[in-house]
Amino acid sequence: MSSPLLVTSSPHLRAADTSRRIMLDVILALIPALGVAAWAFGAVVLIPVLCAVAGAIAGEYVMRVLILKRDNRLGDLSAIVTGILLGMNLPPSIPLPLAFLGGALATAFVKELFGGLGMNFMNPAMGARVFLFLAWPSAMTVWTAPVDGIAGPTPLAILKGQEAAGAVLPDLWHLFLGDRGGCLGETSVLALLIGAAYLVARRVIKLDVPLIYIATVGVLTWIFGGKAAFFTGNFAVHLLSGGLILGAFFMATDYATQPVSRMGKVVFALGLGLVTAVIRLATNYPEGVSFAIILMNCLVPMIDRYTVPKAFGASNA
Amino acid sequence: MFSKRFFRGGAAVPHRKTTADCETVVMPPPPKVVIPLLQHIGVIGEPKVQKGDAVKVGQILGDSDKAMSAPVHSSVSGTVSAVDFMLWAGGVQVTSVEIQTDGKQELHPDLKPPVVQSKQDFLKAVRDSGLVGLGGAGFPVHIKLAPPAGTKIDTLVVNAAECEPYITSDYREILENGANILSGIELVLRHLEIPRCLIGIEDNKPEAISALKKLCAGSKAIHVVTLPSRYPQGAEKMLIWATTRRAVPAGKLPADVGVIMMNVTSVSFLAEYMKTGVPLTRKKVTVAGPCVKEPKNVQVLIGTPLSDVFAFAGGFSSEPRKVIMGGPMMGVAQHSLETNVVKHTNALLAFGPEEGQLPPSTACIRCGRCITACPMGLLPLELNRSALKNDPDSLGKFSVATCIECGSCSFVCPSKIQLVQAIRLGKTQARLAAARAALAAKAAAGVTP
Repeated sequence: MSSPLLVTSSPHLRAADTSRRIMLDVILALIPALGVAAWAFGAVVLIPVLCAVAGAIAGEYVMRVLILKRDNRLGDLSAIVTGILLGMNLPPSIPLPLAFLGGALATAFVKELFGGLGMNFMNPAMGARVFLFLAWPSAMTVWTAPVDGIAGPTPLAILKGQEAAGAVLPDLWHLFLGDRGGCLGETSVLALLIGAAYLVARRVIKLDVPLIYIATVGVLTWIFGGKAAFFTGNFAVHLLSGGLILGAFFMATDYATQPVSRMGKVVFALGLGLVTAVIRLATNYPEGVSFAIILMNCLVPMIDRYTVPKAFGASNA
Repeated sequence: MFSKRFFRGGAAVPHRKTTADCETVVMPPPPKVVIPLLQHIGVIGEPKVQKGDAVKVGQILGDSDKAMSAPVHSSVSGTVSAVDFMLWAGGVQVTSVEIQTDGKQELHPDLKPPVVQSKQDFLKAVRDSGLVGLGGAGFPVHIKLAPPAGTKIDTLVVNAAECEPYITSDYREILENGANILSGIELVLRHLEIPRCLIGIEDNKPEAISALKKLCAGSKAIHVVTLPSRYPQGAEKMLIWATTRRAVPAGKLPADVGVIMMNVTSVSFLAEYMKTGVPLTRKKVTVAGPCVKEPKNVQVLIGTPLSDVFAFAGGFSSEPRKVIMGGPMMGVAQHSLETNVVKHTNALLAFGPEEGQLPPSTACIRCGRCITACPMGLLPLELNRSALKNDPDSLGKFSVATCIECGSCSFVCPSKIQLVQAIRLGKTQARLAAARAALAAKAAAGVTP
């Protein structure tokens, strides 16, 4: 025999799915929402997304390869996912250098400095978004209405009474379809749900975290959201507006920053819903999804510690 | 009467039962056999023959007076050419007997059907037959059939799941020797006074299921339980759970929940031995894999070199990169084709470079698929991390000893991380740490080791 036999420890078979394929699936799942945004605001709004992607790629390359001297892992596509998610969380009118900077911060500081893919303690796109929001609040809160291109308030801001009298809520159907003010990826619930359905069908995500998260926000805003009495909150608007759908299906489900056990995921999702509802109803900010996600991300190690599942046949004692 | 049942987790491994329709063919004796004296879990046998001895089929080559052992018999008639340390298929050197065969296959004159009048007679006969668990583990069956006093056994579970890809040797046994399976089960039930038997089989074998149901139609005590095809359905704890809804506690044996489990080929052999008195000297082996020219089921004499078995299956269509004894999920990769078939060999598989070579690992993305797949409810990604850090405390916290090493986690991992491989390492680390702690405790108590 010319070449020796290879000896390895079992198993000798592997499933076909790869991590790269999972990332590719996430990218594919975001395309419907990007398509609706391009249709509603014009294709020009995709430019900030491309800038964020370019920033994410550059950030990962510079930090990982040039500074930390580690192997180049851009091929796993995770930087592109981060860039797109960040881009979809930015207002369409964002100055392009800020979009690029956000992408670079996300991968260089939130991800690579903590060890790269799978090691980050916080969703990189969410971390970068919150940083941009705190550093350049005005650039991050100018929202364009899709049809006439005039700057206007978002539905959640209207709901909060922060805007001048006369601004009216769009009806629910338009919220669902997506022709309203907001971030690129926040606008069309329908397009986001199509992408989420694809991810579920491909078994990339499970529905536990998104559904518990959304249901918690719904229940809390229904109970406490009304000005007059309990149980009068406009929960439908809360569910369909802002970043809830995008955050619940595409960012709360980020593998690296959610607990690993089933019980842990339930605790995590309930926490997300609670924090989001509290921020939306009781603070000065109209939107709480980003804050909720990064706050709960930071609690994941603790949740993991207290939710180690019971092994099969393990004693109850 | 039984609906589909399921254990938690597992993996949808491919079936690839390419040899399901290949009737077993008998392979003639090879020119030379090498028979290791350790083909079971337990104590190795003392050699009972010397270089130059003439031996006959069924003659004892090695045995031990220790309980946890099983005799090893000659599978051929011929002349002993060496008794020495030789590398066996498990990857270590053990005392083995090399025999040049004479091709006559004469039976040893002392062989005769055992006379069984009591439970003790039965257990002695089981031991004399050389039977070890043929499902792959090689646990001495006479030990398994004699649980500690006070243990009440109410169910015999017969494992016909055959959940590993490629392997069809149990399947062929069911189709070809069904009557033996039935009488083997009846023997065990009668002598051990067990009231019922459940035969667990995966639903991807409809022919075998109907064959078994037909066989058992006349028996009130024996039931066929059809189970979903999901790896590792045939793992001991999973199959007991699926058939009886009893969870074997961590660190305990099936007998602790009133169950004895036997492989379907084991019970079949038992019936044959009681009829003929010829001990375990041959084995039905599935020879398959992409590199094998004529995949088939072969009845092979124990001790036959792998190279002879593959040659009998038409040789290789392309050069193999990896040769596995057993299934692709839990089988042992062989370093050479000069190792030999042993009692619990159920398959020999040859893979080319595409499948033999493992894909490179990438970073863990914490997707949790390993957790979903683990039938034992463990967190393989945490065990992996703890093992790579050599952290025995953390390994203990995540119950490393509970792992059954089925390999489902490594199979599903999209980052192709060697999870179960690291866990095996972790088990050793945990044992070492425990041993060190015990030594330290003794030293602290003033006892010198």
